[in-house]
Amino acid sequence: MRTILTIAKREFTTFFDSLTAYILIILFLGLTGFFTWLYGSDVFFTGQASIQPFFAIAYWTMFFFIPALTMKMIAEEKENGTIELLLTKAVTDWQVILGKFLACLALVGVALLCSLPYYFTVSWLGDVDHGAVWCGYLGILLLSAAYIGIGIFASSLTNNQIVAFLISLFIGVFFLIIFSVLANSMSGVVSQVFDYLSISTHYESITRGVIDTKDIVYFLSITGLCLLLAETVLAKRNVAE
Amino acid sequence: MNIKVENLVKKYGPQRAVDDISFEVKSGEILGFLGPNGAGKTTTMKIITCYMAPSNGDVKLGNYSIRHDAERIKKSIGYLPEHNPLYLDMPVIEYLRFSAAIQSYPKSKTPERIREMVRLCGLDKEKHKKIGELSKGYRQRVGLAQAMIHDPEVLILDEPTTGLDPNQIVEIRELIRELGKEKTVILSTHILPEVEATCDRIIIINEGKIVANGAPRELRKQLSGREISRIRIEDGSQNDVFAKLRELPSVELVDWEDATKVFVVESKKEETSRRAIFNLCVQNGWALTEMTPIERDLEDVFRNVTLG
Repeated sequence: MRTILTIAKREFTTFFDSLTAYILIILFLGLTGFFTWLYGSDVFFTGQASIQPFFAIAYWTMFFFIPALTMKMIAEEKENGTIELLLTKAVTDWQVILGKFLACLALVGVALLCSLPYYFTVSWLGDVDHGAVWCGYLGILLLSAAYIGIGIFASSLTNNQIVAFLISLFIGVFFLIIFSVLANSMSGVVSQVFDYLSISTHYESITRGVIDTKDIVYFLSITGLCLLLAETVLAKRNVAE
Repeated sequence: MNIKVENLVKKYGPQRAVDDISFEVKSGEILGFLGPNGAGKTTTMKIITCYMAPSNGDVKLGNYSIRHDAERIKKSIGYLPEHNPLYLDMPVIEYLRFSAAIQSYPKSKTPERIREMVRLCGLDKEKHKKIGELSKGYRQRVGLAQAMIHDPEVLILDEPTTGLDPNQIVEIRELIRELGKEKTVILSTHILPEVEATCDRIIIINEGKIVANGAPRELRKQLSGREISRIRIEDGSQNDVFAKLRELPSVELVDWEDATKVFVVESKKEETSRRAIFNLCVQNGWALTEMTPIERDLEDVFRNVTLG
């Protein structure tokens, strides 16, 4: 566990040393803030003390924000050869992957913490459904975990960060749009399967304030599966041909 | 800690990068790993450091095997990979602290150890810079410092002196010799004077196989074998001298450097022909004005064994 934290800490500091963290947090807050307060179905337009627009926008910003964060995780280390340096220290492949995962999740956590003033100001304006808000935050966190898993897996596939970024967007698009489109255009069991696979189904029910173990299991299993795949790709160097 | 490599094989597709290599290195020994590019040096090192699994065979450090105790082994190895990859966006000290932490070096002793490494590797002037801002030579020192930070019993250095200037090379060699007194060191290089200067033993590998194994001096003797002398004979016609030299029973080959009176004589295996040559000159009344033994250096040995 200490090793995982050591790796996570290094990654996390690197985010802040390299401006990545600041740029992404500002972009995230700017975008979500713009749509929560100023444009579209914002708080003043709907006249409701609710930060649902924030969650709806966060859903999309995370979609771009996280691949940009995860793309370098393994691809850059492979490109520079530092992966060899790291894996010949007393660490396992799992510790490396989990450390990187935690670092990304922590950065998302920081971004979400920075968005808390939105919640406080809205609750000062009127009566907010507090339960729904905390569920929404939980939802974003789970969603982010799944995206980070996908991103780290994509990053493990290649040496090129741009390719890693595109692969994770590509996989993300399936969960975000294509599965729900397929679910709508088909019927019966197939439709139900695609509906279950689509992220929006689960995300919406959580942000509405309904915590269902089914949804939590969904996000956690995407995360787990992707990290497992990433670990398999890393360990492939060991396979004797 | 002794290293024992047993029948190591690594295949990349149909190609055998490492082909049934076995050798042993004892504690307190510095082993030089020599070979042309692509001979399998780096692959062997990657296997010993548990970065890659071998297709066949095993490596043992003390009683631990890379197949079962990778964790334990990695902890007792300090590794400087080829091309010296480093996290360029980290400051030197920060990076050394990270390297110590990840190898579970006791936290209370870390600051002291970092100071020691900085002093040992001559990083004092540059310690607050980011690694990316350092010159190649200083990066190499950081690479060495991170390899040694957790005081490992085994050091594996893949071309440790590339990119260093001559002064630094001497310093690093001295450092390695110093370390080699109590640790087990394997270093790879294709710079021949380097192994002669630092190593107790040399293994030359070519196309994945060990082609020579021994102390530098031993190797030179063993592989050069025949005695070669350069002689200058003043009188007599060149053709006559040439013919008579060839008739000597102990002489295998005579070559003559054109337009001069200098001959290069190679004796038969394990025989000496110098006395016979002298006698021949006396008999014929020739003046023998030069006789120089030609010593083969390690470069010749290397060329001999790697070119087949």
